[in-house]
Amino acid sequence: MDINKNSFTFGFTIIMVIIVAALLSVAYIQLKPFQDRNIELEKKQNILSSVGITVDRDNAESAYLTYIKNEIVLNNKGEQVDGSAFDLDLGKEIKKDPDAQLLPLFISEVDGAIRYIIPLRGKGLWGPIWGFIALEDDVNKVYGAVFDHEKETPGLGAEINTPMFQKSFTGKTIFEGEVFTPIKVIKGGVEEDMHAVDGISGGTITSNGVSDMIYERLNMYLPYLNNMKAAIEVERVMAQIDSLVIINDSITE
Amino acid sequence: MGQNSLLSKKNIKLLRDPLNDNNPITVQALGVCSALAITVQLKPAIVMAISVMVVLSVANVLISLMRNLIPNRIRIIVQLIVIATLVILVDEVLKAFVYDVSKELSVFVGLIITNCIIMGRLEAFGMANKPWESFLDGIGSSFGYAWILIVVAFFRELLGSGTLYGYPVLEKIGLYEIGYENNGMMILPPMALITVGIIIWIQRMKNKKLIESK
Repeated sequence: MDINKNSFTFGFTIIMVIIVAALLSVAYIQLKPFQDRNIELEKKQNILSSVGITVDRDNAESAYLTYIKNEIVLNNKGEQVDGSAFDLDLGKEIKKDPDAQLLPLFISEVDGAIRYIIPLRGKGLWGPIWGFIALEDDVNKVYGAVFDHEKETPGLGAEINTPMFQKSFTGKTIFEGEVFTPIKVIKGGVEEDMHAVDGISGGTITSNGVSDMIYERLNMYLPYLNNMKAAIEVERVMAQIDSLVIINDSITE
Repeated sequence: MGQNSLLSKKNIKLLRDPLNDNNPITVQALGVCSALAITVQLKPAIVMAISVMVVLSVANVLISLMRNLIPNRIRIIVQLIVIATLVILVDEVLKAFVYDVSKELSVFVGLIITNCIIMGRLEAFGMANKPWESFLDGIGSSFGYAWILIVVAFFRELLGSGTLYGYPVLEKIGLYEIGYENNGMMILPPMALITVGIIIWIQRMKNKKLIESK
């Protein structure tokens, strides 16, 4: 048989391509459930880790049920709408018109403390970056943040998923008085700044991506956050009035 | 051992040559691109080395099994398809069962396809030799690639980040307290090239066979 004949070459190619296609399809279909499961558990791990709960993948499911008390979906006016926050694909949402976007929000309760977890998604140098930022119940102070990426450069941009970078967000604030001033990732001199963290050397574009992502995403939640702040303020004033009333009562008595 | 035994002198040479005399990176200057990209830290370098080893040895055996059937005109395409299929399979399996490792490697798994060492070995060896020899050649070549990668990553991670395999070595021995600082240059690509250059220099000093006669 002459293996250099045209007919043989065509035959060889066709058979080879069919075998390869079948092999890859089977592998993809068989492995897909395992991969999806990993991704889902990782998302739960990340959400938990933003409120300081570190669990391994096997325990993510049960810990998630224990600590995440509520998952809600908001519209751009800050009103709650129907839908599953966990299953919402942020990658698709951010491509929509800002008015039409749905905003997932997770509310956790750890040892009695309520925290609001806002999912983030933006662009790094090579691909998408994402994360979760957890706010304290004053919806201003950051309790914790986690970031992750698809294909940032190891040792440079990829460092955003290390605890060292993520820890620097804790305690920073996103409002200066009443003004929305989200946290920026900048180079040096951040110790005194309540709205900046130190960037990664060699990872400038990824660092900028993190800044933009935080600004862009939190900005979408502003109506909701402002409502929350107003409600907190009302509560504070009411409490003050209550205490004044009590003092007043005790004086009259 | 006889000439035909599995580990005859000739076969041992297949395993040993790429480590030094015929190293893919320092002598053949192949696969340098990936050696620059993933050597910032030890962990991705090691996982990359293992992945290349799997892909190269299996691809070499497959090509060797088909060597009498592959039409000459499309042999490069056939080699490429075999490599790409294996890389996709490795990637999918990593994603399903060792998700963390897969994340660690991110883009670089896909880049194995473009590693010239693999195609170089398939074309130069797998196409002309029996499966067992091809397998040994694959293992040998990938070890030659692996040790350079690991040595470069060792120095870049240690001097650039002060850690080894993520463990803060320099912090533990208290070097920072006496005023030592990490060398930021080491994490940038040019230093990988310079490190490879230094390895080549030392290798040529030790191994006179590599010096070209005038």
